[in-house]
Amino acid sequence: MKFSRRETMLMALGASAVAMLPMPAMADVDELIAAFTGGAEVGEGGLTLTAPEIAENGNTVPVEVSAPGAVSIMLLATGNPTPGAATFNFGPLAGSQSASTRIRLAKTQNVMAVAKMADGSFVQVTQEVKVTIGGCGG
Amino acid sequence: MADNVKPKVRVPKTAAAGEVITLKTLISHPMESGQRKDADGNLIPRSIINRFTCDFNEQNVIDVTMEPAISTNPYFEFQATVPEAGTFTFTWYDDDGSVYTDTQDIAIG
Repeated sequence: MKFSRRETMLMALGASAVAMLPMPAMADVDELIAAFTGGAEVGEGGLTLTAPEIAENGNTVPVEVSAPGAVSIMLLATGNPTPGAATFNFGPLAGSQSASTRIRLAKTQNVMAVAKMADGSFVQVTQEVKVTIGGCGG
Repeated sequence: MADNVKPKVRVPKTAAAGEVITLKTLISHPMESGQRKDADGNLIPRSIINRFTCDFNEQNVIDVTMEPAISTNPYFEFQATVPEAGTFTFTWYDDDGSVYTDTQDIAIG
């Protein structure tokens, strides 16, 4: 079997399309972070993410975020079909810039938090959570 | 409106002026993510609470934007500063337009 130049090009295109397939979820995460930070540089430190190392039930995974001096904190489940989890905006009467909640995780994945500090800078932190039973049905 | 939506809130009865207290809230809600399918393979439409706010005497404590990744019966724990006696107002906003509220008074003492 012999391929013409045109066919070869088409095949290469197809192959790259297949290679791109698992990408959308990660692109979503990057987009969400970009929308939150406005494209600003994201540093590290000053933000704590507390989540279990192993979650037996992905339907309800306790997560705590804490960032003294933060204005808002965005929480992301990077491996979920819709990666956004919650955004906490702290008001003038917030006693501390921390909050805990329970989230769903579809599978073993990295949970991420991005915090916007009062001075306009951004920090992020990532933690892997191993999930035994996924929490998104299907 | 989702059935049997019932907010539960834990607020101390009293606090010292300026004290930082911990608040715990729980609301019963199915939080249908929009990812699940029913027995016939049809997608169950998304139906979640998309926003939660807590205010004290009309001053904001926390405002949370919620996505489908929040678990069934959303639970939140956070801290608030109590400058004076007054009322905490907790508000949950449902996808279907329903608004659930709960209020708790706190005294200085």
